[in-house]
Amino acid sequence: MKIAGTEIPPVFSLLIWIGLWEIAGRMDLAFILPPFSSVIGELTTLIARHDFLAAAWQTFQAFAIGMFFAITGGIALGFIMGTSKTANSILGMWVNIFASAPLSSVVPVLMLLFGLGQLTVVVIVVLFSIWIIALDTYAGVSHTSNSLKEMGRSFGANQRQLLVKILFWAALPEILAGVRLGLIRAVKGIVIGQLLLSVVALGRMFRTFSDNFQFEEFWALTLILFVFALLFSTLIGRLESKVEYYAGTRD
Amino acid sequence: MNSAVLEEVRSPMNKAIHMPLSDENTPTNPATDIVSVRGITKYYGEDVHALENVNLDFPTGQMTTLLGPSGCGKTTLLKIIAGLLETTSGEVLVKGKAVTSPGPERAFVFQDFALLPWATVTRNVAFGLELTGVPLKQREETAKSYIDKVGLSGFEDKYPHELSGGMRQRVGLARALAVDADVLLMDEPFSAVDEQNRRKFQEDLLRLLSVEKKTVIFVTHSIEEAVYVSDQIVLLSPRPGRIHSIIRPELDRSSSPDDIRRDKVYLDTVEEIWGNIREYLD
Repeated sequence: MKIAGTEIPPVFSLLIWIGLWEIAGRMDLAFILPPFSSVIGELTTLIARHDFLAAAWQTFQAFAIGMFFAITGGIALGFIMGTSKTANSILGMWVNIFASAPLSSVVPVLMLLFGLGQLTVVVIVVLFSIWIIALDTYAGVSHTSNSLKEMGRSFGANQRQLLVKILFWAALPEILAGVRLGLIRAVKGIVIGQLLLSVVALGRMFRTFSDNFQFEEFWALTLILFVFALLFSTLIGRLESKVEYYAGTRD
Repeated sequence: MNSAVLEEVRSPMNKAIHMPLSDENTPTNPATDIVSVRGITKYYGEDVHALENVNLDFPTGQMTTLLGPSGCGKTTLLKIIAGLLETTSGEVLVKGKAVTSPGPERAFVFQDFALLPWATVTRNVAFGLELTGVPLKQREETAKSYIDKVGLSGFEDKYPHELSGGMRQRVGLARALAVDADVLLMDEPFSAVDEQNRRKFQEDLLRLLSVEKKTVIFVTHSIEEAVYVSDQIVLLSPRPGRIHSIIRPELDRSSSPDDIRRDKVYLDTVEEIWGNIREYLD
């Protein structure tokens, strides 16, 4: 963005929004919107609270375990679909349906199936993110240039070498894009899941804060989650930029 | 030009030699022909008839070009010889043995280079050796020597996207040479290379091959290129591909590239082949 010939850094727009938030908060326009400064004040005390740290750790565990299964499962699924026409015709439709379905609606069913604990949260994380990872991996694998595969074969690559030394790397830009999208969906899933469960970890805190009209705490918690989601997606984005130079060059 | 001069230009002395077409019953001679194809017929699906009963011999240590109009199945034939495509019927003999899959005695150079975009020049050149389990140090040494031979010294650590088209194909050539196969299969290797680099590359290729003693099977749609580089030119007819004729341009390879391109035999052979191909285009 340029104003009067001077380059304005993108973070500036964020500052403007924060400023507006602060003003709106101070004007007491709505009781759900406390000033930004008091949210930040609450954030620092919140981070130091033991129950918050325990809840955050529990949430992170569910997130990490769920993402592990989503990434390994999603990549495996994508590879199976990308390398076998039969598998793709059987699985493709379902993966597409799940990737676009409003999965929040099945959360209550999952609660019945897996109980009201951590397991359900893990399952929700997996279900929210695995499909997009599978679809992107599939796209990467199936768009690998034919001559690259022929090259591997002509120089004597066996099936495993073809997979590990050619297909995986050729599909890596798409795989990483899938993982990044999967992470964002997983954060959504974890928030929705815990809110609906509202008896575990951060979900319980969210519920408590909003039930008791503690909006400083509520917004502080929301900000923390936002920052986490942003952080993860930036990290993956960094990895992506390392393989970006060949993402668009294949035919 | 008077008729006497014309007569001289067309005199048999200056003509390329036409070989009799080998038929199915001709026995292969593995001592002189490293690769032979016998009765190759290829259909894609049920409708597309790409090749019909192709019989050919590729003499050891010589450069044979498969030439013909688009869609005559020349790349299909090359990929069948490489073992990358299955035949509908017929067989490919390498050193007298029937083959149906790729093997270490054949190395392929691809039209679109087929380099690993995430690997350096060195790793790309060494890739064939990496697949067969040659230790890292040894394969990097081999790669280095072929990188030098194709004229890419100093570019060892570059990535394909940092190289020009001509340089990328030199990497593809070095990769094929590095595995030390007896037969090089080249699929329109210069078609994605600009004209000036193409000529330079053709000259370098001939020089390199005279040292490396390889048998080369070369696919091109450029008549000039075919005549310039080949010992034997196989002219294929349009789909289904059949052998139209086999031409051996008797060029004096010891003269300079510029002299060869001005040579009467060279020019006459180009015109003659053009005359043959033009029939198909009308």
